[in-house]
Amino acid sequence: MARIIAGVTSSHVPAIGAAIDLKKTEEPYWKRVFSGFEKSKEWMANAKPDVVIAVYNDHASAFSVELIPTFALGCAAEFPPADEGWGPRPVPVVKGHPALASHIAQSVILDEFDLTIVNKMEVDHGLTVPLNLMFGSPAQWPCPVIPLAVNVVMYPPPTGHRCYMLGRAIRKAVQSYPEDLRVVIMGTGGMSHQISGPRAGLINSKFDKAYLDGLSRDPKKLTRISHMEFMREAGAEGIEMVMWLIMRGALDDKVKEVYRFYTVPASNTAVGHIILENIERKTKARRPAPVRQSPSKGRRAAAHAPSLPSPASGGGRGGGLVVGSKR
Amino acid sequence: MTAAKEQATQKEYDDIPGTFVFDADRSRQGYYLNMFCMSLMKAENRKAFKENEAVYLDRFALTPQQREAILRRDYNRMLELGGNIYFTAKLGATDGHSFQHIAAVMTGATQEDYAKMMLAGGRSVEGNRSKSARHAPAKPATRKAAGKSTAKAGAKSSPRSAAKRAKKAGSKRG
Repeated sequence: MARIIAGVTSSHVPAIGAAIDLKKTEEPYWKRVFSGFEKSKEWMANAKPDVVIAVYNDHASAFSVELIPTFALGCAAEFPPADEGWGPRPVPVVKGHPALASHIAQSVILDEFDLTIVNKMEVDHGLTVPLNLMFGSPAQWPCPVIPLAVNVVMYPPPTGHRCYMLGRAIRKAVQSYPEDLRVVIMGTGGMSHQISGPRAGLINSKFDKAYLDGLSRDPKKLTRISHMEFMREAGAEGIEMVMWLIMRGALDDKVKEVYRFYTVPASNTAVGHIILENIERKTKARRPAPVRQSPSKGRRAAAHAPSLPSPASGGGRGGGLVVGSKR
Repeated sequence: MTAAKEQATQKEYDDIPGTFVFDADRSRQGYYLNMFCMSLMKAENRKAFKENEAVYLDRFALTPQQREAILRRDYNRMLELGGNIYFTAKLGATDGHSFQHIAAVMTGATQEDYAKMMLAGGRSVEGNRSKSARHAPAKPATRKAAGKSTAKAGAKSSPRSAAKRAKKAGSKRG
């Protein structure tokens, strides 16, 4: 049986992608942002998911104003990086998982979520920047990625509650997939930001931090935030945080927060990042620790932080993570 | 108030200062403007546009106001006339400008000043929640500060002057 082991939120600021592509990550401005993801890359390397489901939004790359699907699930075998006006980003082609994706589509449609199935799609910075932040810049992405594009460009995006419920339907779909796959789901975008109009530059750290708290401990409260409140408090484009609720809905009600990072700014935006793990049920047999894990890495991490028996790492092979927070 | 109730109230979001919400009306109004911007994703189209902007714009069923806004690079006006930022940013990219540059232009600041504001924590939400001030911050203690920062924040600055003041700033993909 496939199962979702953890959820991650990550920024997708295009300038972060540009900083990677133009090798600016060591500059002090960008180092502040990237340093917050060092632990996360370590966590991801330990978690070794078999598949990632990435909830993201397209920025007028794959979808123009001709066609605006509210939820579009990528069922293709691969998704090339889009040319966003600067040439395609020099990142690997995203390989999909058509079998699991079609299974999810079928399951959630029968659960009354009428999503759009996409068999040909290019993916822009909205998807590839979060992959960079969590996987670094490998020659190939280490696992298949199923893109779930959500309309947050044209008002109204789906409500937070609808997103949360879709997440739950995705969880059910994954759990009914026969192959034994370990899945990580990512919610991307956010946090507070406005990049349009005279109010551009708006940041609301108080809102952001409360949102991260809610995501960890009381997500149902977040599902009651109206679109007006998102736009008023977190900026016109901050509304994209509804996407994180798909990720959260796909996790168990109770989760363990293993890492958090928050910084302002990355270009025009507040960066918020959180890693939440499903708490492994005691009744389940744990997988034995695989031999390919580098023990030195695990030990190094453990020296800085209490070693968490990470369920995401299949039990027993986790390098502990600092539950950290900046600003 | 629930999300459903709020959405039943027409255009409540027009109360948010300095903001053009890209809704169905604007999407309809700005269809060709946005499709023009979309066309700039192709290198040959960018070239043709740069060679003769006015002639290139004839390919799209734009209103005279939209044409003027594009030619003047009046980004706030484009949003007002149905443009969406993710589309108009492609026009900015064609001019060699970053997202941050365009954001600065729309606020009436130079890119340098805008970047400084962001580094200092961004534009405060205090005083920028509501035109009608019906949505003042919850705590009475912060109300005074809210009133003051409205003027400072520049959220009400005119699009025209914004475009004029910010012309000189510019860098790639920053």
